[in-house]
Amino acid sequence: MTARTRRVVEGLIERTLWACAAVSVLVTVGIVLVLVWEAAAFFGEVSPAAFLGGRTWTPLFYDPQFGVLPLVTGTLLVAVIAMLVAVPAGLLIAVYLSEYASTPVRRFGKPALEVLAGIPTVVYGYFALLFVTPWLRTVIPGLAGLNALGPGLVLGLMILPLVSSLCEDALSAVPRGLREGAFALGATRLQAAVGVVLPAAMSGVSAAVILAMSRAVGETMIVAIAAGQQPRLTANPLVPIETMTAFIVQVSLGDVPRDTTAYRAIFAVGLLLFTGTLGLNLASDWLRRRMPGAVR
Amino acid sequence: MIGARRLDGLVHGLGASVLVLALSALGLLLWDVVHDGVGRVSWAFLTGYPSRRAATAGILPALAGSVWLVVMATAMALPVGVGGAVALEEYGSRGRWARLIEINIANLAGVPSIIYGLLGLGLFVRALRLEHSLVAGAATLALLMLPLVIITTREALRSVPVSLREASLALGATKWQTTWHQVLPDALPRLLTGLILAVSRIVGETAPLIVIGALAYVPFVPDGPWSSFTALPIQIFAWLARPGTGFRENAAAGILVLLVVLLITNSVAIWLRDRSSRRRDA
Repeated sequence: MTARTRRVVEGLIERTLWACAAVSVLVTVGIVLVLVWEAAAFFGEVSPAAFLGGRTWTPLFYDPQFGVLPLVTGTLLVAVIAMLVAVPAGLLIAVYLSEYASTPVRRFGKPALEVLAGIPTVVYGYFALLFVTPWLRTVIPGLAGLNALGPGLVLGLMILPLVSSLCEDALSAVPRGLREGAFALGATRLQAAVGVVLPAAMSGVSAAVILAMSRAVGETMIVAIAAGQQPRLTANPLVPIETMTAFIVQVSLGDVPRDTTAYRAIFAVGLLLFTGTLGLNLASDWLRRRMPGAVR
Repeated sequence: MIGARRLDGLVHGLGASVLVLALSALGLLLWDVVHDGVGRVSWAFLTGYPSRRAATAGILPALAGSVWLVVMATAMALPVGVGGAVALEEYGSRGRWARLIEINIANLAGVPSIIYGLLGLGLFVRALRLEHSLVAGAATLALLMLPLVIITTREALRSVPVSLREASLALGATKWQTTWHQVLPDALPRLLTGLILAVSRIVGETAPLIVIGALAYVPFVPDGPWSSFTALPIQIFAWLARPGTGFRENAAAGILVLLVVLLITNSVAIWLRDRSSRRRDA
């Protein structure tokens, strides 16, 4: 090959590689286009105000109502229960692993926890429906077979490794000298962790918490299997509810005819879900970028 | 100061017990699935077809469908993902485009998988009229896999020492020759590890496949890319949704098969990672 053809080939290869990179942008564009296109058709029939402000979600009734609030509260209810489990437990484990644990414990504990993150969500759904909820019902008499509590707890278990591993990364990024300074002043490990290390790692820890929230809001199978299909505006974790993701699954499973408002509603709900998680992800990303700059 | 020391010890113990508690929950989950399902796993279950009767149902079409999906999705996502990662890592300038693509990939990795299902439904199933074929399912999973492949490939490329590239370039090799003959082979073990982890992520994906309409009664092994299909996690979900303890046992047995598949793929990934780090130490 002459030097000239070599140069041409090199240029072609480089262009092809950049085209590959650009595909990822096309995926985002595709998501936005599909969601906006189909949601636009939906909003031609239901006003955005009635969608976002309505308190009744009965898309499959004879007289359908498309008020999305019950789905939003259902989603938030499960996500908040999950966060109540995952954030305190994950943070405690992160502090333990980074400030207290010996090297062998850390070397075993971290990958063992990550096994939890590798288990498919349909398996967690099985666990929530057939183990956790039946067990909870022996303790809480009023608990329905499908409810927000069981799947919320299991979802918390699922996102726990995300919280603990990201928090631990944030804690270990804090310079050693800061801890040693605290120890030299007579602080215990706890005092150093709470008074010095945690504040310095705060942006990383908040980034982890927000990312976990985003994951909890978008999780589908656990809630579709174990939380029910009854959209209702409630903060009661003991009764069946429906989340945004579970509604999308419900319509995908059922015999809802295409080209009906109920079918298009899944794209409107999807658009809302996408916007919400995107906002959370961007906030988390922004916080993480600030992370190492907190202490220099 | 006694109080502070005691509190310190208390938190130490509390942290350790929360860790133990989380791992016991994992153990409980695994025990529950094994307890419910191990009685149903048999050769007949692995090679059987779905049935209305729980006791005779098997998972062969689901297993075959999962294999088809993973192979096809990987074949689609791998070249594009590695190519994109090479562009960003080896050819990347600090330009505005490179930054935009980078932010975009980070955010794509955080998009809920069910949204990919809606994309697949709108794009592949409806606009391109691929219906509920393996192609539509695999393409949807490939899009889901793409950011994971790009991220892990970039990490693998970053682990290759700069001196290797400089030596190759100093000998007169072009940028692509350097990338293809030196950088990629050196990054291969880590790249494979990342790829296997991405694969094990999509093996268990259920929601996007349900959204594109893959939950169907498929009593045959797919015979080509245009065939309709079912997959392991979908079959598990279908059994879970049916009343009766027989089908729940089937679901547990299906989960066991899925977990064993994941265990094998992840062990291979860990083995590869160990081997590559040992080679570097030597």
